[in-house]
Amino acid sequence: MDLALTPEHQAFADEVRDFARQNLSPATREKTFSGKHYDKADHVEWQKALGRKGWLPYTWPKKYGGPGWDVTRRFLFENVLAEEGAPRIIPFGVKMVGPVIYTFGTDEQKERFLPGIRSSEVAWCQGYSEPGAGSDLANLRTRAVREGDHYIVNGQKTWTSFAHWADWIFCLVRTNPDAKPQEGISFLLIDMKTPGVSVRPIIMTDGAHHVNDVFLDNVKVPVANRIGKEGEGWTCAKFLLANERLGIAEVPASKRGVRSLRDIARTEPQDGRTLADDPAFVAQIADIDLQVQALEMSELRALSTMALGGAPGPEVSTLKIRGSEIQQRIAELTMEAVGEYAQPYQPGMLFHDTNETPIGPDHAVPAAPRYFNMRKTSIYGGSNEIQKNIVSKMVLGL
Amino acid sequence: MDLSLSDEQKQLQDAAERFVRDKYAFENRRKIAATEKGWLPENWAQMAELGWLGMSFKEEDGGYGGGPIETMIVMEQFGKGLVLEPFLPTVVLGGGMIAAVGSAAQKEALLAPMIEGKKQFAFAWLERQSRYNLADVSLKATKEGSGWSLSGHKGVVYNAASADQIIVLARTAGSAREEKGLTLFVVDGNAKGLSRRDYPTQDSLRASELTFDKVSVGADAVLGTVDGAFPVAEDAVDRAIVALCAEATGCMDAVNAATLEYIKTRKQFGVPIGKFQVLQHRMVDCFTNAQEARSMTLMASLKIEDKDPVVRHKAASGAKVQIGKSGKFCGQSAVQMHGGMGVTDELSVSHYFKRLTMIDLMFGTQQHHLTRYSNLAMAA
Repeated sequence: MDLALTPEHQAFADEVRDFARQNLSPATREKTFSGKHYDKADHVEWQKALGRKGWLPYTWPKKYGGPGWDVTRRFLFENVLAEEGAPRIIPFGVKMVGPVIYTFGTDEQKERFLPGIRSSEVAWCQGYSEPGAGSDLANLRTRAVREGDHYIVNGQKTWTSFAHWADWIFCLVRTNPDAKPQEGISFLLIDMKTPGVSVRPIIMTDGAHHVNDVFLDNVKVPVANRIGKEGEGWTCAKFLLANERLGIAEVPASKRGVRSLRDIARTEPQDGRTLADDPAFVAQIADIDLQVQALEMSELRALSTMALGGAPGPEVSTLKIRGSEIQQRIAELTMEAVGEYAQPYQPGMLFHDTNETPIGPDHAVPAAPRYFNMRKTSIYGGSNEIQKNIVSKMVLGL
Repeated sequence: MDLSLSDEQKQLQDAAERFVRDKYAFENRRKIAATEKGWLPENWAQMAELGWLGMSFKEEDGGYGGGPIETMIVMEQFGKGLVLEPFLPTVVLGGGMIAAVGSAAQKEALLAPMIEGKKQFAFAWLERQSRYNLADVSLKATKEGSGWSLSGHKGVVYNAASADQIIVLARTAGSAREEKGLTLFVVDGNAKGLSRRDYPTQDSLRASELTFDKVSVGADAVLGTVDGAFPVAEDAVDRAIVALCAEATGCMDAVNAATLEYIKTRKQFGVPIGKFQVLQHRMVDCFTNAQEARSMTLMASLKIEDKDPVVRHKAASGAKVQIGKSGKFCGQSAVQMHGGMGVTDELSVSHYFKRLTMIDLMFGTQQHHLTRYSNLAMAA
């Protein structure tokens, strides 16, 4: 047993780090470390740089234009980039629809869609959830009716991240209302410019706009845009969800959060000293620090199993649950470290590049909004209640 | 022992409930928050007319002879509606300190018009370095002829932009963080040398950073005794904490009710999600938390005018610990059980969650008050 990386993997991590340092814009990096929001250009500029290097489709096999990395390299790639302050790669193209297309799509579909995903020329979003289909995704109602070589699609998708930036949306739609819920579903790719597609922003607790409602009103979609057979959309959906394994625990972001929390404690004044001199407060930081270590080690254990070709054990199922709770706790402690100065609300500084100066210390600006925003991590991607149901059923056999 | 409300108190509760129902439908609140002042003068006038601005003051001070229970009753309803009018800074803090130590002239010039709804106040105690230590004051007041000159900075001063007078905690003697040597001054909101940077808070209230650059005031601006303000400010903050606890219990009741309704109606997997035991138990914990919060708030309201300062301080800190804990649990649970809807600006849930979060940060977090309570309890 050895916790250290092999020389090859270490050299790989160094190469990724060098690339990030040379290609990530300092302004974007600064936004990561100060907790401010990226705009579309920040994401696209960075993803195009990765695309030029051939690294954007980092989970793809060589056959489809990916680097063909082993599981350890993919893991290192994600971690090193996160440590360097790179924005997370928007997953909808590279991690979600891309693999669905190369696994279930026709050769024509592969040729048509994969290049734009590899280069980040085309932005994607995900049309899964609906107002009545959240945790119970198979209950989705968006209807696609076949008319010749087209489908006419009607319905509403919701919680659609970055729909306002996207060129295309991949949707689960109901093509057969008479089949069992999971059997009447198909997987369609829809150009966002098609008449009848409209996007309405959903404003979050902290004032941010990331997610949207997407309305589909008599949208005409060529049958050629269906991936897989009619009625086999659920297979694509399941495949896609299974693709989300490691990385979901957000360990690098939490490690950065703990470091930043200690830095803040060292500067926040209290009784003529700093918060770092308050044993009750620093003990809470130590507690969350150790939780992050346990999470990281669980992730590494899963990685080690997978690297040897095995299936990851139950630990991987709990990573998302603990990962979200830990992120939330770090955000909570950071806000409490700031104290009264977490109260001023400065949306200009959070969302736009302005000349505004912070009311309190710089780190106070995103403290409360981040705490509010992090509540979503135990809700999205399958709420923690749903995750626990899965663990109790699939892992524990209850 | 009798823990029930009197008939008058029940009437007050009904009136406050009616006010919130009529004026603070959620979309209405959003409109009020977006106005220039961030609160409505007509609502303030109505509060004066209903007697709420004077109800907790003694009759000889122009009030109607009520006390902390009356404050608790209206604050709880304000919490249900997330009311934006500056009752806490004006009546509980400003009015409370003037009633406690003001001269007859000050009571006549300030308290009487406040009760009529014609004056508003703000309390400037916090500085960048003070965190929750009320004695950590460096804004200096120096003798200038028969009066004083104030220079320094105050932060996160609620209602400063609307306040006719700002009550400023200043250092007149002693060293940093010394309790002795602090003095309260009544400063006009538009005094020369006083500048403001106004901003909204996370929960849609209004606050300001204040810079005092040789602001001159007369000798009659001193509220209470020179160098003797610390216990006055401490008691005022303790009363404000208890009032905030009542507001928080109102927030918790409202957010619990909204969540209960949601889990009864929101269907997934063919049944209301409230049929799932994991949500049932969490909902029960929410109600238990709200009960504890209500109990500690009532206890603190009954003890906050005790003769023994240690009893008062322990009551305020004890209730604040409970409100911090329960508010966090109810707020976070409400968001979680609402799922995606809970993290949007669209529903009231996120707004209750924000207010409960800010209440925990105001005048000391749960952790701060646990330490304060513990120190007081160990010393006894």
